[in-house]
Amino acid sequence: MHEDPLRAYAGLVGRRQFLRAGMTGLLVISLPRWAVARPSLDEAIRTFTGGANVLDGRVRLDLPPLVENGNAVGITVVAESPMTEDDHVRRIAVFNEKNPEANVVVFHLRPRSGHAMVSTRIRLATSQVVVAVAEMSDGSFWSSRASAIVTLAACIEDLS
Amino acid sequence: MHALWRLAAVAVAAVCGIVSAAGIEDGEKRSGFDFMAPATQALQADDMSNPGMLWVLQGEQLWQQAQGRADVACSGCHNDARQTMRGVAARYPAFDAATGRPIDLAGRINSCRAERQQAEPLAPESDALLALTAYVTHQSRGMPITPATDARLARFRDNGRRLFQSRIGQLDLSCASCHDDNWGKRLGGSVIPQAHPTGYPLYRLEWQTVGSLQRRLRNCMIGVRAEPFAFGAAELVDLELHLMDRARGLLIETPAVRP
Amino acid sequence: MARTLVNVPKVAKQGEVVEIKAMIAHPMETGYRIGPNGSNIARDIIRRFTCTYNGEEVFSADLFPAVSANPFIAFTLVATTSGTIDFTWTDDAGKTQTASATITVN
Ligand code: HEC
Ligand code: HEC
Repeated sequence: MHEDPLRAYAGLVGRRQFLRAGMTGLLVISLPRWAVARPSLDEAIRTFTGGANVLDGRVRLDLPPLVENGNAVGITVVAESPMTEDDHVRRIAVFNEKNPEANVVVFHLRPRSGHAMVSTRIRLATSQVVVAVAEMSDGSFWSSRASAIVTLAACIEDLS
Repeated sequence: MHALWRLAAVAVAAVCGIVSAAGIEDGEKRSGFDFMAPATQALQADDMSNPGMLWVLQGEQLWQQAQGRADVACSGCHNDARQTMRGVAARYPAFDAATGRPIDLAGRINSCRAERQQAEPLAPESDALLALTAYVTHQSRGMPITPATDARLARFRDNGRRLFQSRIGQLDLSCASCHDDNWGKRLGGSVIPQAHPTGYPLYRLEWQTVGSLQRRLRNCMIGVRAEPFAFGAAELVDLELHLMDRARGLLIETPAVRP
Repeated sequence: MARTLVNVPKVAKQGEVVEIKAMIAHPMETGYRIGPNGSNIARDIIRRFTCTYNGEEVFSADLFPAVSANPFIAFTLVATTSGTIDFTWTDDAGKTQTASATITVN
């Protein structure tokens, strides 16, 4: 009985989502300008590392596998390090695969950080891969990647 | 064959009508919180990471600021909100003798601003009005919704119920079609909640900011391709009255977080 | 009126690693959204966040448009001496907002 109108509503949302895409600039289909312009995930990481080799491990990236709304996705990055003067994490950077820009955030840490553990909330335009890279005080780079499926909310507002 | 099928559909519709008039059983009442993903629930649960708390904090500062030609702060008349505003939001909207109509909490705050402080009223959805409303409502967090019993409200509450059950928009759906008859089902990636007003003003991830219950109701009207009532419209306040009545006993969560 | 919310433990033991949380009200306008008039809404984001402990910088972050509106950052610090922990957020226009908290270390 209610199935049909509900499905129509969901279809409508699909269209609205599309219209709204112009506003949030978050859907790839809506703005090919930046989709073409942005560096790839690997290029962005290379810029950060200066071309150095990036090893797997020593870093953990927590990202919910299923995201209710891409506007605020909680992430935590933890790197294994004693955080001493001689051996600590200098920077932790986060990159994404499909947003208009590949960079998300770069954290600068010190031995006085105690742990190499940071949390923040990020935007995900669509389902995609997110990568965290840690730069150690010895100049080595370590990384971890995770992917998230993003479903968006249904009741969408008009622009006005 | 076809005609028979259509007859059956009409019969089902009639039955559905009776079922939806009964609404949600008391034992089945659930806040929108219960339908959220664990990550979103965690965001609401920790005051140090709940972005809605930024508005509550702003409201606390505004509460203490002298305003208007009267040059008096809310606290100048109402003292410590933690005592004087405790439980107030749980029984709003209330009857406003001056207009002979129900008034919601944001409306009451604005009337104090205009009449007692003699200041310009705050615009709907302005940060300042949301902040004050969130701060006042926050004083009732954890308290059960106990709608005002004033008999003069009955007629407006009935109108709210009628609006809730009326089909609107190009999709010809009523609020009840979704929130009474289909709650818990998925719709375009989100779960349909029971539409309880327990958390407002709340931080909606979709808005990336705090918004009022009226903004939420307007969103749903736009969702079914209906012309939404204007902010402050009498119909929205009547709907708010009905929603509070429907949610009787559920606990105030402000500032909630919703997807 | 700066709207910030910082969480620093009031008391800590010397050498203890404490968790710090910092949040600020800010739209983090990406520059990629299109407004009702059809043109891009200008980018307006917090670009840099720094934390100092008794005046010495101990943590910082460079933010990009992919950081959510009302940015939230949590990190850790070693409690060394009693004093003040200051937070500074700087936006695209170079405007700064600040918050601070005190910690007692024993
Ligand atoms: C000059 C004194 C004065 C100031 C200033 C003032 N109020 Fe009031 N307020 C009152 C009085 C008197 C009432 C009760 C009578 C009425 O309904 O108007 C009231 C009622 C209220 C109520 C409803 C309480 C209830 O139990 O229903 C709220 C909420 C409220 N005020 C909020 C505010 C806020 C927020 C501010 C600051 C923006 C404010 N008031 C400023 C005098 C004041
Ligand atoms: C087609 C289905 C549908 C209709 C019709 C509908 N809504 Fe909703 N409503 C939703 C969905 C889905 C949500 C959950 C939020 C989201 O993801 O959009 C929601 C959310 C809500 C909420 C927020 C509950 C919370 O936990 O904060 C309220 C209140 C609400 N609706 C009221 C109404 C009212 C009043 C009407 C009629 C004017 C209405 N809705 C019509 C689908 C609907």
